[in-house]
Amino acid sequence: MYDMKALYEAESVDHALALMQEHPDALVMAGGSDVLIKMREGKLAGREFVSIYMLDEMRGITLTKDGTIRIGSLTSFSHVIRSEIVQQHIPVLAEAISMIGGPQVRNIGTIGGNTCNGVTSADSGATLMALDAEVELRGPEGTRVIPLQKFYIKPGVVDIKRGELQMALLIKKEGYEGYTGHFIKYAMRDAMDIATLGCSVNVRLSEDKQTIEDCRVAFGVAGPVPMRLPSAEEVVRGASISDDLMHAFAEATEADVNPRTSWRAKKEFRLHLIKTMAERALRACITKAGGTI
Amino acid sequence: MSIGKSQIRVDAPDKVTGRARYTDDLCDKNALVARILHSTIAHGEVKSIDTSEAEKVPGVVKILTCFDVPHFKFGTAGHPWHLDPGHRDVEDRLLLTSRIRFYGDDVAAVIAENDVAAAQAVRAIKVEYEEFPFVLDPQEAMKDGAPQLHEDFPNNILGHTTIYRGDFDEAIKEDGLIKVEGWYESPTVQHCHIEPPISYAYMEAGKVVVVASTQIPHIVRRITAQALGLPWGSVRLVKPYIGGGFGNKQDALYEPLNAWLTTQVGGRMVKLEIPREDTFFATRVRHAIRFHITSYVRPDGSFAAREFEAFSDQGAYASHGHGIAAKGMGAFPQLYPCDNLKCDAYTVFTNKPVAGAMRGYGIPQAMFAGEAHIEDVAKALGKDPLDYRKQFLMPVGYADSFSRNVNYFDSFRQCIDKGMEQFGFREKQKEYAAQTGDIRRGVGLAVFWYNTGVWPISLESSACRIVMNQDGTVQLQMGETEIGQGADTAFAQMTAATLGIPFEHVHVISAQDTDITPFGTGAYASRQTYMGGFAVRQTAEQMKAKILKHAERMTRMPVSNLDIRDGNIVRTTDNAVQMSLGELATNVLYSMEYSEHIAAESTYQINSNAYSFGCSFAEVEVDIPMCKVKLLRLTNVHDCGTLINPALAEAQVHGGMSMAIGYGLSEKCLFDEKTGRQLNDNLLDYKLCTPVDHPDLTALFVENHEPTSAYGTKALGEPPTCSGAPAIRNAILHATGVAINEAPITPHVLFEEFSQAGLLEKTAKSVPAMAGADR
Repeated sequence: MYDMKALYEAESVDHALALMQEHPDALVMAGGSDVLIKMREGKLAGREFVSIYMLDEMRGITLTKDGTIRIGSLTSFSHVIRSEIVQQHIPVLAEAISMIGGPQVRNIGTIGGNTCNGVTSADSGATLMALDAEVELRGPEGTRVIPLQKFYIKPGVVDIKRGELQMALLIKKEGYEGYTGHFIKYAMRDAMDIATLGCSVNVRLSEDKQTIEDCRVAFGVAGPVPMRLPSAEEVVRGASISDDLMHAFAEATEADVNPRTSWRAKKEFRLHLIKTMAERALRACITKAGGTI
Repeated sequence: MSIGKSQIRVDAPDKVTGRARYTDDLCDKNALVARILHSTIAHGEVKSIDTSEAEKVPGVVKILTCFDVPHFKFGTAGHPWHLDPGHRDVEDRLLLTSRIRFYGDDVAAVIAENDVAAAQAVRAIKVEYEEFPFVLDPQEAMKDGAPQLHEDFPNNILGHTTIYRGDFDEAIKEDGLIKVEGWYESPTVQHCHIEPPISYAYMEAGKVVVVASTQIPHIVRRITAQALGLPWGSVRLVKPYIGGGFGNKQDALYEPLNAWLTTQVGGRMVKLEIPREDTFFATRVRHAIRFHITSYVRPDGSFAAREFEAFSDQGAYASHGHGIAAKGMGAFPQLYPCDNLKCDAYTVFTNKPVAGAMRGYGIPQAMFAGEAHIEDVAKALGKDPLDYRKQFLMPVGYADSFSRNVNYFDSFRQCIDKGMEQFGFREKQKEYAAQTGDIRRGVGLAVFWYNTGVWPISLESSACRIVMNQDGTVQLQMGETEIGQGADTAFAQMTAATLGIPFEHVHVISAQDTDITPFGTGAYASRQTYMGGFAVRQTAEQMKAKILKHAERMTRMPVSNLDIRDGNIVRTTDNAVQMSLGELATNVLYSMEYSEHIAAESTYQINSNAYSFGCSFAEVEVDIPMCKVKLLRLTNVHDCGTLINPALAEAQVHGGMSMAIGYGLSEKCLFDEKTGRQLNDNLLDYKLCTPVDHPDLTALFVENHEPTSAYGTKALGEPPTCSGAPAIRNAILHATGVAINEAPITPHVLFEEFSQAGLLEKTAKSVPAMAGADR
């Protein structure tokens, strides 16, 4: 038995938006895998909810004419993992998402929920950021699209205006074409765990595989929200591949990150892991892309 | 012969189809529900409680606080009652308390029509506290001036026992001794049984009836009656199937409170289910014990003198108390005998969750410390760790004067040899001898010592009833409890074997009802197949004698020429079947001359105990820069005597090994130093191993028929969880050269240890691009 004041079941996106207008204090519930736990803890007890779970129009993954991959916000993690479009163009996202929770959570949890929570440890966050993903939002005033990097504001807070729904995550062709990605989750056990750190790297190599033309690296839990590491990216962009470059890349991460000490892990430990993971993920990308170090 | 066969569990069909009914399935759906308000301070006094807002919550039936409860102090440990008051458990609990001793202590209870109302009311109760300073570390708590938890225990010392032998001070003066010394830390862990503690209570026919998920129904009945100030016969305790206990349910947890709550609402049925979060901090945990061990060793490896200190963290209330540390200490001089000993064990109250019984009862802690230490001794002497153990472990024929246990068969060396060979220990030792690089592998071993049951410390008694049906099948009733370990199946196999009937002809009445079931103290101390076996054998033999007496009359053959085989009366002179048991039972029951309902019941008092020995072998891969250990293989070898059911024995070992993996690598209750609150009271933050964190588990057995035992069997419930963690620790030492004396060996611990050992300085060249990190 859950302690909720009311649950309004939306029948369409328009209906959902109307319900949100009617009940301005209601929270939106998708899969519920986070919200229901908070309710159990008493944190969201007694609140009103608008459920969007039945809205199939918000589900599914499509490839638009301009090559943009559009992932409906309600798409479950399991569906993202099994999507042919994802597997073909951005397998790194499937790798990252397959690390989430266990099978049950991946069946009920949604990619939209994972980003709308605004938590730094979300397993999809870093990878979507390393793919330069964008967020499509719809509200009473229409639709807007913003970069995921701007979507995250601070822990637990994202740029969703009152009355808005996150409709989809968008990954443009420039975000993935020619790139090879690798994701490393660091957790205390191999399933059903919260990330101590998550690291996602995407690289594009030159035709001769000797040079890193472009690199995007993003981390979860290296700061209050998922973040890109511009200094580290700059060190390798346009550089020729070598062992020294790998070390330089690892060292450069320190300038970008801001991990904290919590009872879950010490700052010094996280910093050590950030360097180790960044370097390993970059090496893995280069190897996967056919380069040698 | 039913013994020694991997019979399918008698409860398997019901459990796999979902037909088996557990406490919550049996509870009336319109029962009231109760919730407990736990303290939000670690130490202090409740000054006042304001329930006015909570009373207004729709659906609230009654709110009861620490100021309402009866003042009968009771102990909670699941031990048999002792006729000698000096041997009884400390009685330091009330149903609810105004004197707060840990963060999470029980302050008030809400009875409501549903869970939501109960939870809302608990949140709406306002408690005013006076806060006292608190202490979380046992050695700090022993110091003069530390916050005191209980008036009767100065310096918070609940128990202090010693084993002093020979002349330690003189012995350490011997020339040429090598001193090996270490501090070893074991963690507070929780049982994490699947089914949370749950009970429901109601009044009927002048009694308080409690249906509870417990390992010890007869003991919980006694404690519940004591806590309520009722005659013991006025409480009836029923135990249906339970979803695991691992020792947590070898304590009266909330059954006494639940029983009292129903009396406060006119006997209406009240259900009290403890949420997972509360199960962590408000039920029981395993004692964290800090050890200090020093060995004075001769160059040939023999021990001149040994010193042992243990500081056991009891938490806020006595529960099982000093028994745990005392048992751990008891193993020390027996494992590696030494003439000159100085051993001290302390159990100390702290403002933490209460430590009670947990699978292993002090031995997982003592084996982690002791087997880490022995590894370090061997290393200091430059000796092979396996050979060293074999040379100095308890010799064959060793007899312990207290338990009167005898090492009849040299089980240790047999287990080590079998494990070494099947594991390929020597080959791996060589293969991993000279590794560099970031990712290294290692192998390690550790042994364990265990007893069976608690004789001569406590009563060991077991009773059994066998009743025959008209078709020749029987019902079997035991006071000993099925808690998932397969006891019902083992007892059915024993009954079938002794009575001479097919296994399928034994119907086990699994549930215990203290108004109906014969007395038994329950599932703990790895005692049931051993202790229960005596009662089964004696009762089945009495039953058989009754049957053969009837057979004699019906066949006109002497009893000496008759036997029961495969459910038939057989003439032993020519093996001719005379009649089936069904024919005999029908005839006897409906006879117009000698009608009898054939049944037997007896109690067996057990005055023995038995050693159960074995060892673990572990293989690990350590990713040094990532501070991660991957357990590649774990093998356990046990001598638990004759196997009653090999498949169930193997499963028992697998489960115990799983707990050992968490103990060695990931599980630990963490507490906030500022408040005393548990930080990780949930299964996300408490790192219980998931299936993917387990390697393939191998269980091997050496079967030496135990001469003291009714069926040749001895302890296997707890032993499998005792030696895995130190084997893993020793494998990490083999792989990296770093000796880690703190369990669990988490990445956090490895980061500190590897940093200190200089292993984390840049060596990145050898990092394989794809390995390790993302497994």
